[in-house]
Amino acid sequence: MTNLEKYNEAFINSLGVEEQQLQGLTYQSVDTWDSVGHMQLIATLEDAFDIMFDTDDIIDFSSYEKGKEYMAKYDVEL
Amino acid sequence: MAFWDILEQYNINTALVMENGNSLSYKELLDISDKIGLCFERRCLVFSICSNCAESVAGYLGFLRHRIVPLLLPEQTTSELLERLLQTYRPSYIFFPKKHDLSICGNIVWSGESYILLKLNFQQDYKLADELAVLLTTSGSTGSPKLVRQSVKNIEANTGSIVEYLHITEKDRAITTLPMSYTYGLSIIQTHLAQGAAIILTEASLLEKRFWNLFKEQCATTFGGVPYTYEILKKLNFKRMELPSLRYITQAGGKLSKELSKEFSEICKYKGIEMIVMYGQTEATARMSYLPWKFAQSKAGSIGIAVPNGHFWLADENGKAIEEPEMTGELIYCGENVTLGYAQNCADLAKEDENHGELQTGDMAKRDADGFYYIVGRKKRFLKIFGNRVNMDEVENMLKQEGFDCACTGVDDQMNIYVTDATLLEKVATFIRDHTSINRNGFKVCFIEKIPRNEAGKIIYSRLKLYDEND
Repeated sequence: MTNLEKYNEAFINSLGVEEQQLQGLTYQSVDTWDSVGHMQLIATLEDAFDIMFDTDDIIDFSSYEKGKEYMAKYDVEL
Repeated sequence: MAFWDILEQYNINTALVMENGNSLSYKELLDISDKIGLCFERRCLVFSICSNCAESVAGYLGFLRHRIVPLLLPEQTTSELLERLLQTYRPSYIFFPKKHDLSICGNIVWSGESYILLKLNFQQDYKLADELAVLLTTSGSTGSPKLVRQSVKNIEANTGSIVEYLHITEKDRAITTLPMSYTYGLSIIQTHLAQGAAIILTEASLLEKRFWNLFKEQCATTFGGVPYTYEILKKLNFKRMELPSLRYITQAGGKLSKELSKEFSEICKYKGIEMIVMYGQTEATARMSYLPWKFAQSKAGSIGIAVPNGHFWLADENGKAIEEPEMTGELIYCGENVTLGYAQNCADLAKEDENHGELQTGDMAKRDADGFYYIVGRKKRFLKIFGNRVNMDEVENMLKQEGFDCACTGVDDQMNIYVTDATLLEKVATFIRDHTSINRNGFKVCFIEKIPRNEAGKIIYSRLKLYDEND
């Protein structure tokens, strides 16, 4: 599985969304991406890529696209 | 005189701070409140869809100051539940955010920046008891129209007790982390207003940058959290967060695990702030007990002692008081904050006090030799899901009415719904999503071949629970 597939899968599984919803998906734009969903998403990504997010990145991980920028910070190429 | 009648004493203090940094003094707040309050022709019922914004708070104060009885509802109230509540309670007015497109007929009698007050066409053909002040929902998540009736005296008594044990002063600046329609969130707002303190209003969650930016810019001194809030704070490495203005944090809305309790009391000690664990219910206005900070570590896991002017006792199976320590019984609370009772329909709004200052909490507890109380279980079958009470029997009944063979168990923050038809898992999940406001991440639908029942046909939950661990 490519990193992008892993990244997408984390969203799909944690937030119960479809692949075609991912583009432009933002925090609280779907009811599953609330604080509980956000915590699950972060934990899933940390497990999948064996990384630990900094506090500032967790609270700024506000969209599917923004998240991609943060993944780069942790040397995950998507 | 209740505290809301004498807020003019704080006229020049800052009352509310908004997300954009603007603020309202008590004088400015009361001006809006009284404009709203004066729109009513006579004492009546109003539905108020709450949010953490200035006009929502202003409306609430306006209602209290003009003896209008509000039912406080969360913004997430489904249109289905709202409709059922409207038909059941026939309110004279509804106060709600303009951005909500409620298709309700009525006349606009007040319109502010973000809220409007609509006069509805219902005839008020029922009475409101003299002492009735506020109505709150009990288990909004399953859509039951059952309400708790709170009196002026209830709110006054509880506000006074909380202000006393938390030492809230006019220097405090509380930032909102909980919905205003939720008894815990409401009590934070009320106790700060009563002291002439400031409230920083935000709809942002602790997982958003703008929350923490506002927190720092506006020098918040306190906030409250349900157990899940503490999971978030742990994930955010709260220990390392620079929050110099923070004086103390509170916890309620469900039992914090002993581990998290210990961990956070250590973190707070390290940070030089206090953490106050509390216990309460809507039926007791808000708070019944607190764990004084000096006992946070030695009594971790305890709900502490009764709030000032309140009293606890434990009842055995026959309703007799248990005197010995370390014995489990139902926790009974006595105090002036015990609410009047429930309402199931508008005729119930005329009822006087039915509880007479004594509340059977439905929680099983024990008391240690030093007089500290510990919750050990529940008498009734309900869970706390992210701070909200969910009655599992109600969920089962809702599903059974739809023809699903099911049974519910679980632990706080994780309800398991067992169904005997593997093809219906998605359908049941969709039904719960559409008809309740139970958090989507707070339940799971699982397949079970047969629901364990005893000879009388009663579900054996203890056996069903064994499946929980195998998930």
